[in-house]
Amino acid sequence: MAHAYTPGLKVSENELLRRRRTLPLKGEVVVRNGAAVKPEDVVARTFLPGKVDIVNVANRMGIDQSEVPSSMVKREHDEVLQGEVIAESKSLFGLLKSKATATLNGTIESVSGVTGQVILRGPPQPVAINAYLEGIIVEVIPQEGVVVETSGTLIQGIFGIGGEVTGEIAMVTPSPGDVLDERLLSKNHRGKVVIGGALVTKDALKKAIELEISGIVVGGFDDQDLRGFLGHDLGVAITGHENLGITLIVTEGFGKIDMAARTFSLLHKHQGRQASINGATQIRAGVIRPELIIPIPGAQPRKNIPAEEKGMNVGSTVRVIRNPYFGKLGTIMRLMAEPARLDSGSKARVVSIRLEDFEDPVVVPRANIEIIEGYD
Amino acid sequence: MSHLDDIQIILATDCGSTTTKAILIQKVGNQYRQTHRGEAPTTVEAPFEDVTLGVLNALTELGELSGRKLVDSSGQIIRPASDGIGCDLYISTSSAGGGLQMMVAGVVRSMTAESAERAALGAGSIVMDVISLNDKRLPHERIERIRQLRPDMILVAGETDGAQTDKVVKITETISAADPKPRLGSGYRLPVIYAGNKARRDDIKVILADRTDLSFVENLRPTLEKEVLLPAREKIHELFLEHVMQQAPGYRKLTEWVDADIMPTPAAVGEILKRVAEKERINVVGVDLGGATTDVFSVFEQNFNRTVSANLGMSYSISNVFSEAGLSNVMRWIPFAMDERDLRNRVKNKMIRPTTIPQTLEDLIFEQAVAREALRLAFLQHKAFASRLKGVQQQRTIADSFDQDAVGKSLIQMMDLDILIASGGVLSHAPRAAQTAMMLIDAFLPEGITRLAKDSIFMMPHLGVLTQVHSQAATEVFEKDCLIHLGTCIAPRGRTRKGQPALSYCLTFPGGEKKEGILKAGEMKRFPVETGTEAQLYLDPPRDLDVGLGKGVPLESTVKGGTVGLIFDCRGRPISFASEFPERRSQLKTWISELGVYSEEALER
Repeated sequence: MAHAYTPGLKVSENELLRRRRTLPLKGEVVVRNGAAVKPEDVVARTFLPGKVDIVNVANRMGIDQSEVPSSMVKREHDEVLQGEVIAESKSLFGLLKSKATATLNGTIESVSGVTGQVILRGPPQPVAINAYLEGIIVEVIPQEGVVVETSGTLIQGIFGIGGEVTGEIAMVTPSPGDVLDERLLSKNHRGKVVIGGALVTKDALKKAIELEISGIVVGGFDDQDLRGFLGHDLGVAITGHENLGITLIVTEGFGKIDMAARTFSLLHKHQGRQASINGATQIRAGVIRPELIIPIPGAQPRKNIPAEEKGMNVGSTVRVIRNPYFGKLGTIMRLMAEPARLDSGSKARVVSIRLEDFEDPVVVPRANIEIIEGYD
Repeated sequence: MSHLDDIQIILATDCGSTTTKAILIQKVGNQYRQTHRGEAPTTVEAPFEDVTLGVLNALTELGELSGRKLVDSSGQIIRPASDGIGCDLYISTSSAGGGLQMMVAGVVRSMTAESAERAALGAGSIVMDVISLNDKRLPHERIERIRQLRPDMILVAGETDGAQTDKVVKITETISAADPKPRLGSGYRLPVIYAGNKARRDDIKVILADRTDLSFVENLRPTLEKEVLLPAREKIHELFLEHVMQQAPGYRKLTEWVDADIMPTPAAVGEILKRVAEKERINVVGVDLGGATTDVFSVFEQNFNRTVSANLGMSYSISNVFSEAGLSNVMRWIPFAMDERDLRNRVKNKMIRPTTIPQTLEDLIFEQAVAREALRLAFLQHKAFASRLKGVQQQRTIADSFDQDAVGKSLIQMMDLDILIASGGVLSHAPRAAQTAMMLIDAFLPEGITRLAKDSIFMMPHLGVLTQVHSQAATEVFEKDCLIHLGTCIAPRGRTRKGQPALSYCLTFPGGEKKEGILKAGEMKRFPVETGTEAQLYLDPPRDLDVGLGKGVPLESTVKGGTVGLIFDCRGRPISFASEFPERRSQLKTWISELGVYSEEALER
């Protein structure tokens, strides 16, 4: 039977973490195996193929396509500068000249006597990949990149915006149920990763960008504010490439939802340490969740079996991820073998859970709970 | 593979992006019947990276449920079948690892590029982008886009045969300049199929042969009036097996296991629908409402069309449905008020936790409202795409080409539709059959007399491949086990004033019992008629409404029952909704109550 529950997100204090850092195309690895690296250290670099443009020389000069090769004053593989003449023709005893110029700095890649088009290729663009984490290089993948290893705390979020950033952890709300509003932010938070409680407001996010805060990690966020923040409605959850001046990680979901107490206390414990965070999210095949990593030099990762591998058992701590108990935490009391009829009328496999703040156990479909993962 | 007549046991798998589904078909007496079903998570992604593991897991579950051992201790499928073990035939489809992803290119967006798109979609591919000379992008923007895409293959069309222009060469130069790389595997060159002007093949060879794995097939548009899709589709399928299947994790092994070529899942669904339409001489629309995408298939006048609405789905893409349809369109199906902020957060929470299911009735009603909009939007796209002139292998005269009325007119005429088939979780697993029927009627707005059915356990892909090797088994199982007949929808086309008579009917049931009456505009009525039972129907519409033979023309027909029965829908086409919420709520309550869509409790909220 397929697993009918969401495996859940990892919140782990001591974990051995490895991240693959690879180039989009083959290039050069600039660090050696065993080297110690800081997040901002470059580990590999390469050149992406240059920008390409097509110049329709025949049209520009008003000549037949077949005449284009003989009109070229620059040949294939010649270097050209933007605005430089690449083709020229003379007519009426040389009195009237028509010409075509290069639209970018680069080289002539091809000249076609069939279409009258000339393809120009710009100079290669350098690209560098940094280490992202403070740690040790444990593997060099020749020409492609490296694997960086570190020990420390890992917190996975459910949804994020923005790419990789680093910064010192700063707690701004006293409890996981508080709202992070703009009054709690100041210029002292510049370059830091700010931790809020149950919700970050639109105004707080705006102020965070003005103050050049690196990132915000919070329990919940309102979709209406997300729309205002992005400038459009997010249709499909594929994020990470936004360039909004901040990285946001939501740990629980949309709406005002208390950050899980364990997540909040872990972050509180590591206040002042450097964290590497990434908001990139992809919820399709090959799921990517946003993450916050706090490298802790010398930390000894425990070798317990992760909760997801243990499966769902009586006594497992779980979170309900759908109405009517959305966001509540509880403990599994019973796993019913037979499918049960839900209020919606559907039949599904269910569990009985004792929720915090509820006297009697409640019944919830297995598909609507996730195991709170991690090592104690 | 055993001789066709000797085949007793057939095993079929569909390797989907999340689940691998296995079915067992057995010869019971003289008939083939689907008897058991098993499933397991698909294992294409890390850490497994071998699709056959998921297949074996699904077969093991199927074996346990059926009491028939299918896999031996060395992990091999036991063949041929003998006393209580093994099978005679094993077949599979696949959409795992993202399915087949293509980019297509043509000269003019609405002509050769659209033909290329149709060929790719018909072959079961996802079309990542359509590049054409009039796509309103600058050359460097097209090049950037091609570079980003990393498709599994590219199909290039353009110009009619012998045309003396350079346009198809231009679009090919753009592809060459981008130097595209395949999505899977770095060790092979990207397959490119050229299906354009034959006279330009030598030029194309010069531009692409060094950089890509170039092959040539017949021009998709040899003349302006003719569209030839089959050779390109066959080539796509061949390259899919040769390249994509060989690169995806574990597929090399799977291709050795099967007794017939593996097909992309949507191509297999298309095959079975084409076969049914052909055999029964009917017009068919099929829809698969998935988590990420919605596939619509149609066979009208023997023309097959398929569209994929890439971002209309019920989990990963639910947020996109909401934003494309708009709040008011979703809310018009809900008989109670909901807070917008809360609603938006609910949609996003479903998007980020796509495997959750509605526990409360309120949640179910909301999800089914979104489903109606996803289906409606996907069908709109399909109707626009499945158009005349540009239809499959359609021969027309030049004179017809100037007939503006016919040019671009959709092939999909709702009055001529015979059967509407639903599949996909929200439709197949709705707690009440009436909910599935109502979602189909609300979204597709069938006209005249239309049968409604659903695919019981999403078996159409399996049966699609089976038609290729054992057509008899495929059609027998399709009729007996695949479809669950919901009933028949009877709906006059047009609008008339609220409260005015919209349809006189007389139903004669087997045994002679008669039911007759007059329905008013805005009303719905259901008659329970069981599956397998037929009734004689006489309809007499008023002069401004049409039930199939023209405005005001009476009609006699035989109609089939189903789990819901006969549904009369006099709400108008399009449906007339009250503009104010209290009145609309009362309308919805009446319809819901008449059809038994939701419990009374929902209506009391």
